[in-house]
Amino acid sequence: MKHRPEADFALDIRGLVKRFDRPAVDALDLQVKTGEFYALVGPNGAGKTTTLRMVTGLLRPDAGAIFVAGIDALDNPVAAKSIMAWVSDEPMIYDKLTPFEYLEFVAGLWRVDHRFAESHARELLDWLGLAPHAHERCEGFSKGMRQKVALAGALVHNPKVIILDEPLTGLDAGSARQVKSVLRERVNAGGTVIMTTHILEVAERMADRIGIIARGKLIAEGTLKELQAQAGKTEFTLEDTFLALVAKEAVAA
Amino acid sequence: MSSPATLTWFARHEFRIAWRDWVSMMTAGKRTRAYVAAFGLVGFVAFLHGMAILALRNVDDTGADPSKFALVMISGCALLAWALMISQAMESVTRAFYTRSDLDLILSSPIAARRVFSVRILTMAIGTVLMAALLAGPFINIMAMWHGSRWLAAYGVVMSMGAAATALAVALTIALFRTIGPKRTRLIAQIVAAVIGAAFVIGLQIAAIMSYGKLSRLAFLQSDTLVTHTPDPDSIFWWPARAMMGDQVALVAVCAVSLFLLATAVAVFSPRFGDHAVAAAGVSFATTRQTRGTGFRDASPRRALRQKEWTLLRRDPWLVSQTLMQILYLLPPAIFLWRSYGDTSGVYVVLVPVLVMAAGQLAGGLAWLAISGEDAPELVATAPIPASWIVRAKIESVLGAVGIVFAPFITALALISPYQAFVSVAGMVVAVVAATFIQLWFRNQAKRAHFRRRHTSSRIATFTEAFSSISWAAAAVLVAGGSWMAFLPATGGVCVLIVARAMKPRS
Repeated sequence: MKHRPEADFALDIRGLVKRFDRPAVDALDLQVKTGEFYALVGPNGAGKTTTLRMVTGLLRPDAGAIFVAGIDALDNPVAAKSIMAWVSDEPMIYDKLTPFEYLEFVAGLWRVDHRFAESHARELLDWLGLAPHAHERCEGFSKGMRQKVALAGALVHNPKVIILDEPLTGLDAGSARQVKSVLRERVNAGGTVIMTTHILEVAERMADRIGIIARGKLIAEGTLKELQAQAGKTEFTLEDTFLALVAKEAVAA
Repeated sequence: MSSPATLTWFARHEFRIAWRDWVSMMTAGKRTRAYVAAFGLVGFVAFLHGMAILALRNVDDTGADPSKFALVMISGCALLAWALMISQAMESVTRAFYTRSDLDLILSSPIAARRVFSVRILTMAIGTVLMAALLAGPFINIMAMWHGSRWLAAYGVVMSMGAAATALAVALTIALFRTIGPKRTRLIAQIVAAVIGAAFVIGLQIAAIMSYGKLSRLAFLQSDTLVTHTPDPDSIFWWPARAMMGDQVALVAVCAVSLFLLATAVAVFSPRFGDHAVAAAGVSFATTRQTRGTGFRDASPRRALRQKEWTLLRRDPWLVSQTLMQILYLLPPAIFLWRSYGDTSGVYVVLVPVLVMAAGQLAGGLAWLAISGEDAPELVATAPIPASWIVRAKIESVLGAVGIVFAPFITALALISPYQAFVSVAGMVVAVVAATFIQLWFRNQAKRAHFRRRHTSSRIATFTEAFSSISWAAAAVLVAGGSWMAFLPATGGVCVLIVARAMKPRS
């Protein structure tokens, strides 16, 4: 029988499976509440990016169900995509377009009213410190600027759920702070942010809940305190907790 | 093994990189394709030998005392090849300035950049010679087989032409650098390369149209007027042609002059090559501002996609030179159209296949850019629109771009012969849609900068695209001529599409 989604989950994943030459995601269950900042951490090749790519419709799962704000993302991908935004670690922008033109293009794809989109785009460009470069082609931009353009693109259509894959990779301290502040604002405004990261300090400081994924399965989940309790050491940092839980899982496997 | 940082050591490094680059281009980076590529290369050379047999079967050897007619034909063909060599060498020089990723390493190392760039210029010359030898070799071999081994001297002339072409290409590119700066050189050098590559072929064709009302470029080379107005057979002007036919004195002279030119280019330009490369590297950090007074425009997702494609195409200077090639080849038909204006004999029918074929080929390139060269595939894939809309918008953008290029030709043709204009448009639409679908079936995500290598990612796509354009061009010309036989190439075109669809890689 098909799982019925609960309405207060921004993301509800049940029994998700994806195999390549080996299982990349193995019967994964994961729920993220609406208005939550959720960090997904795990070793390299644990299945974090594969999971999120299936959620955003970039990969087709072998089995399982995905609901985004109650919408079946596999049966009705267009409706699910309309309330989601995806930001990958490699910024998806066009070198020959300016940030302003890029945001106009994204607004067109998401069918946002052009008047609203334009004022929102100007706000975002200003907020992210891109206003002076709004009419320069992106080809000369640094990695940080490109990532901020991609983030502005993700926000210009006001998504309910923002999914980010390693958004802070390669950013300088100033850019990283700006991105983190934008994401926190988003959550404060009622949006949901789901993010993978290798920077455990970021997960520790920003996330409401943290999920640890290894070998395609969710091995632990909760607030830092709950994770520390699961690891059996309350004085552990997230890094110690993470390493202890992953090691425990490896032994069990 | 040679000692580090010596000329031979650099030469080994350069050749290893050039070889791997070439193998990667032939195999599209897949190991399993190495055997297929090797067989393909052997097959291609065998095919060229077959072509040479067909082309040269009626050519007589005039022996040690060639006629002026033979000298004109050989020199004409050699000039045609030389123009292509200069074009290829200019592309190599431009690439060496702008896209070689090891420049930072080389320029920051404690060795004289002059040495490295001397070797690099020589590698370009060898690359140009090898490519020319691959294409001209079968024709030389057949001539040597039928008319004596003295024809093998033509290989020496090919080598000389490659050396001289590289020397000229280096000098031209650096002259552009010094006069118009690194930023403009990138675009202008590519356009100049395209123009040089096509100019001689097109020039011959235009001369043939103006003099004889024929589209054949050989018509001019075979004309009495040209033979009469060229220098006497004893002139030094014919030495390259005589060298090709085995005249040893001429061969030594041609080789000496071209090697002197190359050595001069290396000596003069290699010390400054590094400075130019550094200047070129600065171009990628330059900012280009777009002046736009208007705000966001109201756009549906499909319109947004189309607008985006057109903006990217318009702003791609590299693509401009590629597109220019297609437009340049339309120049002879345009002149033919103009010259034959008012003629009621139906001569315009020859334009129909040229237009359809050119549209199909142009569409293949544009479709590759729009589909495989999509810079943000995940952004488009995560947009809340059905996949079929994305495909339709891409086809529309390609059709629109092709339409803009061909509209003047179609309009002119429509004024003279509305029926043939209609047939041309119908053929062009079918050829464009077919080329776009082939690109869609064989899409292989790549960077737009790799456009030049698009043919290597799938040989099946390349051949089916070419066969499809040829089939639709043949069908269109037969329809324009009122022949019921048109259904044969049209059926062939459909079969090509069915085969391409069946052979498309599984996603």
